[in-house]
Amino acid sequence: MLEIKNLHATVGGKEILRGINLTIRDGEIHAVMGTNGAGKSTLCNVIVGHPAYTVTEGSITLDGQDLLAMSIEERAHAGVFMSFQHPIEIPGVSMVNFMRTAVNARRQALGLEPLKSTDFLKLMREKRALVDIDNRLVNRSVNEGFSGGEKKRNEIFQMAMLDPSFCILDETDSGLDVDALRVVAEGFNKIRTEQTSAIVITHYQRLLDYIKPDVVHVLLNGQLVKTGGPELAQQIEKQGFDWIKEELNA
Amino acid sequence: MKTSELQYIELFRQCRQMLDAGSTPVLNALRDEAMAAFERLGLPTRKVERYKYTDVPAAFAPDYGLNLQRKDIPANVQDNFRCDVPNLSTHLIYSINDVPQPSPAAASTFNTFDETSGGIFIGSLAEASRQRSELVALYYGRLTDLQDNALAALNTAFCQDGIFVYVPRNQRLQQPLQLINLLRSSVDMMVNRRLLIVLEEGAEATLLLCDHAMDTVSFLTTQVIEVHCADNAHLNLYEVEETHTKCHRFSNVFIQAGRDCTVTHNNLTIFNGLTRNTTDVVIAGENTEVTLNGCVVADKNQHVDNNTLIDHRVPNCRSHELYKYVADDAATGAFAGRILVRQDAQKTDSKMTNANLCASTEAHVYSQPMLEIYADDVKCSHGSTVGVLDTQQLFYMQQRGIPTEEARMLLKFAFVGQVIDEITLQPLRERLHYIVEKRFRGELSKCTGCALCK
Repeated sequence: MLEIKNLHATVGGKEILRGINLTIRDGEIHAVMGTNGAGKSTLCNVIVGHPAYTVTEGSITLDGQDLLAMSIEERAHAGVFMSFQHPIEIPGVSMVNFMRTAVNARRQALGLEPLKSTDFLKLMREKRALVDIDNRLVNRSVNEGFSGGEKKRNEIFQMAMLDPSFCILDETDSGLDVDALRVVAEGFNKIRTEQTSAIVITHYQRLLDYIKPDVVHVLLNGQLVKTGGPELAQQIEKQGFDWIKEELNA
Repeated sequence: MKTSELQYIELFRQCRQMLDAGSTPVLNALRDEAMAAFERLGLPTRKVERYKYTDVPAAFAPDYGLNLQRKDIPANVQDNFRCDVPNLSTHLIYSINDVPQPSPAAASTFNTFDETSGGIFIGSLAEASRQRSELVALYYGRLTDLQDNALAALNTAFCQDGIFVYVPRNQRLQQPLQLINLLRSSVDMMVNRRLLIVLEEGAEATLLLCDHAMDTVSFLTTQVIEVHCADNAHLNLYEVEETHTKCHRFSNVFIQAGRDCTVTHNNLTIFNGLTRNTTDVVIAGENTEVTLNGCVVADKNQHVDNNTLIDHRVPNCRSHELYKYVADDAATGAFAGRILVRQDAQKTDSKMTNANLCASTEAHVYSQPMLEIYADDVKCSHGSTVGVLDTQQLFYMQQRGIPTEEARMLLKFAFVGQVIDEITLQPLRERLHYIVEKRFRGELSKCTGCALCK
């Protein structure tokens, strides 16, 4: 269970998050929607520990562990995974080497032996099939020369490899055509277990047609101002955010 | 004249007879001219353009011993030393300090100019000059820029032996030649090392030179490598320095290539103290391709200065240059590369790249790429970058659970890996990837018997 209490965060001295309260139980999918600049990406980055963001108040715990006291990699070992809006290219570091290092680092943190080479390659093959990612791609450097769709697919592939308990999908639908969106979303659905919980950041209902949220939040001006069921996302798709702003002002 | 120079000048005068006695007439013939040039030039100070990044007189100031009497240095090299490039089927020869060692069986067939081995010679330069004095005299010291290069002049004045590699017309070394240079001494030692490579028309060779230090005293090494490539000769020359922080290396490589040659020189500084590598290439024949690559891994107070010159004298030739540095801690790196395209060298195609990574705030890298073009129909480019580790890449890796140090290591390794990927000799390429990775992990074992290496 992820619990965020009264979270305030700044970047470059500017306050972006102004008191977020959010509880996500195991197995729940929460969608977070909001206007550009509302603080959606900041929320994701603060959870995973991006060094550019400063938490000024509040707490985040995952299964009772204080995430804010942990390093970026410790949070990852605890089971937090973020699918990046803009995945980073790392020329010269092969996908295989990158994944092996990541998988074994997590195993070490969990007190497990490193995977044997053959077992690791077997795992790669299995997970590759889930997101329909080409063997050609995993033999290249991380994200280097990947198309937009391939990068997003690669994010879900990495998620499958690392088997996280809490996932953040930061605008996973951006830059994807309809077919690629379906493959990526279905990939996520295949990976997730009954225990997997997630925050799904999106501007559009389209992604939520595939990844069905239990709860939908509206983030405006650094605060969660409205919470509802899946129907809230449909209403936003039709009417935008102005009616919510008007409600707030009323 | 300062003390740095005086001690060598006086030593030369006092020991002239001993120098000659331990060498041969061909090598002795150049001594006076070389010492006269050294006296006139003096050691280059930082005011000399090509030496602005390295304090040469300071490195030559301490009192080092020299083995002018050519005493044997006890070392059972085959037993005591394991170079980190095994799995590579090579002709293996050793040199301890500047003394070539009796060849192990595999290479011994080549230390005469025997017709059964195609006239190929691999072995002691002094021995070669005794057997074929006119041949060695034809090449020895001919490319060494004695009148302008004080370090090469000093080396020539003191050099008593070295390695001679001679591949006659249309012959080919079937296996790569691996020359392991071991530094070995109980007192601080100066070593004047020499390598003369002659590839006649149509000859081919691949050489791997590995520098190691087996003892923890200070070493001062001057090295002169002269490479003659006649028309249609093909040479791969790899140098790997893996010594220790008390080693000072001053290397001068002179390469002259005729027409239709391919020449690759790849210089890897994996572990060192202070290193200055000067590489001068003259392209004297058309349709020749020259590649100069290098990679540097430096941390602590290590200092690595690579200075290159590619002299395009004739039309229709190509040259590529790629040097990459990773400097960590308080290390200093310098790269100055000059491509000279003379008036007649039309249709030259040349590209120089120097990319550097400063992995700490105290590390410094100086980059000075230079193009000097007098022809009007050429394609030349140069590029230079100095950067730090990419924080977005680090963050991405850490988010996947890769610990910070491991992520930094992977990024540094990836950065210089590009240079190693250029190596055509596959076992060597794989081995160097492995060595560099170990280097970044601080697990370099290098040689047995060397405390500093561990």
